[in-house]
Amino acid sequence: MSADYVVEMKGICKRFGGIEALRNVDLELRRGEIMGIVGDNGAGKSTLMKILSGAYLADAGEIFIDGQKVHIRGPLDARRLGISMIYQDLALFNNLDVAQNIFAGRELVRDRFGVFIDKKRMYNRAAELIRDLRVDIKSPKMSVARMSGGQRQMVACARAIAFQCKVLIMDEPTAALGVTEANKLLGLIRNLKDMGLSILLITQRIPDVLAIADRVFVLKGGQRQDVMEVSKVTLDDVVTMIVKGKGGNGTAAPEVQYKSFG
Amino acid sequence: MVAKIQPVVRSLYRNAGDFARRYAPLLILTSLVLLFTFISPNFMTVKNLTLMLRQVSFATISAVGIMFVMISGAIDLSIGSQIVFTNIVMAILMARYHVNPVLAILFCLFMGTFLGTVNGVLSVKLQIHPLIITLGTGTIYKGLGYIVANGKNIIGLPESFKVLGQGYIGPVPIPVLIMAVVALIGNFVLTRTYFGRYVFAMGGNPEAARLAGVDINRMRIITFAICGFASAITSVLLLSRVFSGQVFTGQGIEFDCLTAALLGGVSFIGGEGTIFGLITGVLIIGVLNNAMQLAGLPDFYQNVVKGTVLLVAVGFDMYQKRRRAKETIARVSTHG
Repeated sequence: MSADYVVEMKGICKRFGGIEALRNVDLELRRGEIMGIVGDNGAGKSTLMKILSGAYLADAGEIFIDGQKVHIRGPLDARRLGISMIYQDLALFNNLDVAQNIFAGRELVRDRFGVFIDKKRMYNRAAELIRDLRVDIKSPKMSVARMSGGQRQMVACARAIAFQCKVLIMDEPTAALGVTEANKLLGLIRNLKDMGLSILLITQRIPDVLAIADRVFVLKGGQRQDVMEVSKVTLDDVVTMIVKGKGGNGTAAPEVQYKSFG
Repeated sequence: MVAKIQPVVRSLYRNAGDFARRYAPLLILTSLVLLFTFISPNFMTVKNLTLMLRQVSFATISAVGIMFVMISGAIDLSIGSQIVFTNIVMAILMARYHVNPVLAILFCLFMGTFLGTVNGVLSVKLQIHPLIITLGTGTIYKGLGYIVANGKNIIGLPESFKVLGQGYIGPVPIPVLIMAVVALIGNFVLTRTYFGRYVFAMGGNPEAARLAGVDINRMRIITFAICGFASAITSVLLLSRVFSGQVFTGQGIEFDCLTAALLGGVSFIGGEGTIFGLITGVLIIGVLNNAMQLAGLPDFYQNVVKGTVLLVAVGFDMYQKRRRAKETIARVSTHG
């Protein structure tokens, strides 16, 4: 297995009852790139990514991280391998503040047995993360429940990268955001790439992908269609691939109005 | 100087709603205390307050247990019945089989923890809401208690066993001391440990907690076991206080615990609650009970008053939350 790829998924299959969500899907993610994962509703984008993040188990297939074969049996395994996913529904805790959210499930401790939490260190580290990400959150003590969609995404980002993370999966991060906030978030994703992360970006907004991604991976009906270099394709090419798939012979895209992201 | 104070005042004003929400239970308690001090000359005496504290100490210990369950997003309606069952068994062990009180107490604690664990395991395995599970197990536990008691009051407990429920250390009744210890430990576990954070996390968003690596099922079982353990402590103290095994001991105590918890701001749907709030809630109930007893009101009236206070307090809390949610929506929609 080539070590050029930070993530390699081979022959991934997944069924939900009678529905075949993924059929023999391969995916290769280069180190330090942003790859857009696009496809229609139900194409299998989220399922594929959730297999990588350990939220689902694949029925068949292999996963390689840095060329090493790995077994991801749960979210903890994935996290240990440096894979973090920001879920579409955000997986934030409304009853907790920013710092508590960032560290939920892996609180910093101050004793050898890992029983007592180290609040001071967590608030300091949270403040650091917020500063590094250059996001507009005033204090790690703010309650998440009162935040805007964009701010919540930023907290989710901070949470994802708070620990050793080399692969970040984002599921429709801009979906619920207004134009200004979406742009801010795209900027943040670029920052994350500059920090050395490899990023998988699930999205329905093709212009977002064209703006910041290096490559785009197209799924249709649970099967891989194509992986394209963003610099060599147009919006129409991508849309055609999403709608018609590999066998579409490059017919023109249907009339679809896309919201531009500003 | 004025310039410095101004922003502080402004932020105080902005946070007045929060403040009211947070300290509403404390305000209610303070006003009740002041009111009764004026009305009844017998209220604000050391003797009366000590008795009042002892009266609430039993339920408070169980309430600390139920708080773990509630914050984690579940509910335990069986604690009264657990107490009925453990109480009778412990009484029989000591009175009929002359088991050493220390061993009998240890057995009771173990048994309570076990009954709680059963609740937890059943909610995990059957995937039914814990309200229904504990309604069922509670009925079973109570029935078992009645069967074991066989219609008799169990008397003839060893004299040495009296000290726990009736004794004093200095001026402080022993149950009050034990309540304080349990509350302190509960507070410490909830606010300073990994475990406590997990309890809050799973109560706030169970799916997110699972994805963050929290073993929800294990946590569910442990929180129920804690609740069972706490109720077993209550059971020991109640038996020592009543000093005979009766099937009525502890019955319905879960409603006092729930009322106190809700009054003190513990969320019914999970994710929120503090020991400080809980104690405030307990004291509100205690003060009300006590004052109404001093005033010579019959029990029935006390129930009406307690129920009303609960509805007003929780209603106010919900009103505040809803208003806050509206503000947030307004703010976010102007934001972007």
